[in-house]
Amino acid sequence: MNHAVLDKDTKADAKLGIVDCDIHPAFGSPAELAKFLPVRWRDHLADYGQRSANPVVGTLPYPRMTPGNGMRRDAWPPNGGPPASDLAFLQEQLLDPLGIEYGILQPLAAGSSTLNQELGAAMCAAVNDWQLDKWTGPDPRLKASISVTQEDVPAALAEIEARIGDRSFAQIAIPPRTIEPAGRRRYWPIYEAAEHYDMPIGMHSAAYGQHANSGAGWLNFYIEEHYAFSHSLQSVVTSMVFEGVFERFPKLKLVVVEGGFAWAAPLMWRLDKQWERMRSEVPHVKRPPSDYIRENVWFTTQPIEEPENNRHLLDTLRWVGTDRLMFSTDYPHWDFDDPRFAFKVPLSPTERAQIFRDNAKRVYRLP
Amino acid sequence: MARHVIAKVEEVDIGKSKLVKVAGRDIALFNVKGEFFAIANRCPHEGADLCRGQVVGLAEADEPGKVRMTRHGELIRCPWHGWEFDIRTGKSWCDPARTRVKSFDVSVASGGALAEGPYQAETFPVSIDEDYVVVEI
Repeated sequence: MNHAVLDKDTKADAKLGIVDCDIHPAFGSPAELAKFLPVRWRDHLADYGQRSANPVVGTLPYPRMTPGNGMRRDAWPPNGGPPASDLAFLQEQLLDPLGIEYGILQPLAAGSSTLNQELGAAMCAAVNDWQLDKWTGPDPRLKASISVTQEDVPAALAEIEARIGDRSFAQIAIPPRTIEPAGRRRYWPIYEAAEHYDMPIGMHSAAYGQHANSGAGWLNFYIEEHYAFSHSLQSVVTSMVFEGVFERFPKLKLVVVEGGFAWAAPLMWRLDKQWERMRSEVPHVKRPPSDYIRENVWFTTQPIEEPENNRHLLDTLRWVGTDRLMFSTDYPHWDFDDPRFAFKVPLSPTERAQIFRDNAKRVYRLP
Repeated sequence: MARHVIAKVEEVDIGKSKLVKVAGRDIALFNVKGEFFAIANRCPHEGADLCRGQVVGLAEADEPGKVRMTRHGELIRCPWHGWEFDIRTGKSWCDPARTRVKSFDVSVASGGALAEGPYQAETFPVSIDEDYVVVEI
């Protein structure tokens, strides 16, 4: 049972200037994206549609609460369209009142996970153009993600090269349930480019992916899928550590988005213990796994784990490291966190600044 | 305690809510099957507007696969994280002992009754027919 109850009003902190690392922009209608697609792929979509590896075609694998697949019920723009499809309303409901200095866009269009990878690459390019046209151009507080098809590495590299000079983009986005474990060498050219350009890799949990959402297959309920975000990201971090990605690319920045973070502490304890006993299996991993995690990996805060006793959250934050955490709202989704009330523990001003602003500014190189 | 007229009965249909501001507070007024209840318009978790939530019933199961729905329209589900509160009492369904929304006494009174005061001055015939919803704060 969850006993986390607001016991401290922290309104004054909205003045801090916040970096929100997880905002989900939406299309007003499918035609909005089609505008950025070449005719060849527009026709293809009309004739054949888009297929991802998910078992249920044309919908999310799990029906979610509330109209609109898990949206905040109060996020529907008054002028119509789905939540977060209207810039003016997003400014009015999110950016302005909460003092968001920068917001990192995490578009969840399934280009990366599309089975037809040439179509996927075209959709990723279209999503990237759309982010500039609709969001970051009109409101420079918003920063885009370079959507790429990680399974088609040359296409991903071409897209990265095409976008890298534009500082409207703040990260390279890859969905965590990749076709092979994330640390495999097939993905290394992407990590090499990311390190070379000092661009973080953002791994955002999503309904889309190349595999079932648990090691045992597809789960029955959305409530299980929501939890499965955590363990798919634990697999990402573990694979990248033990395959030697961070050893090979020591300046690579990985941002784990929307997977929670409390698990990162016991994961580090466990991996270190195993590494002490079995390091000869992975001699290319030179240092304790937690060293790499503490240098190369950051976690966005939503969904925040909320212990029965609020104050235990402080222990968790310090175990993970307040230098590893970056605030996120997940607007406009139902599990949105409000920066004024999300941390019900007395953080020091330094810790608060780190989590709400400074870590993200450094990771995303924001002015 | 003062009594504040906050709505006319016909303004809030069954299953609907209205946000009212009384004595500096935001209060969510609900019509549950013809009865009126009022709770603070602020989820104790992260502060979302409860009047923007969904009015729901209670799904219960004693074992997997045997679900029954009860208490239709008597719970409000927060528009963000889905925390459910009993509209009659403001108590959280999951944790009624520790988590609750402030609730207020609400009654329905006729216009005539409201017009009647403790002191009698010269009166003139006035007719008020509607019923009003009154909250006590």
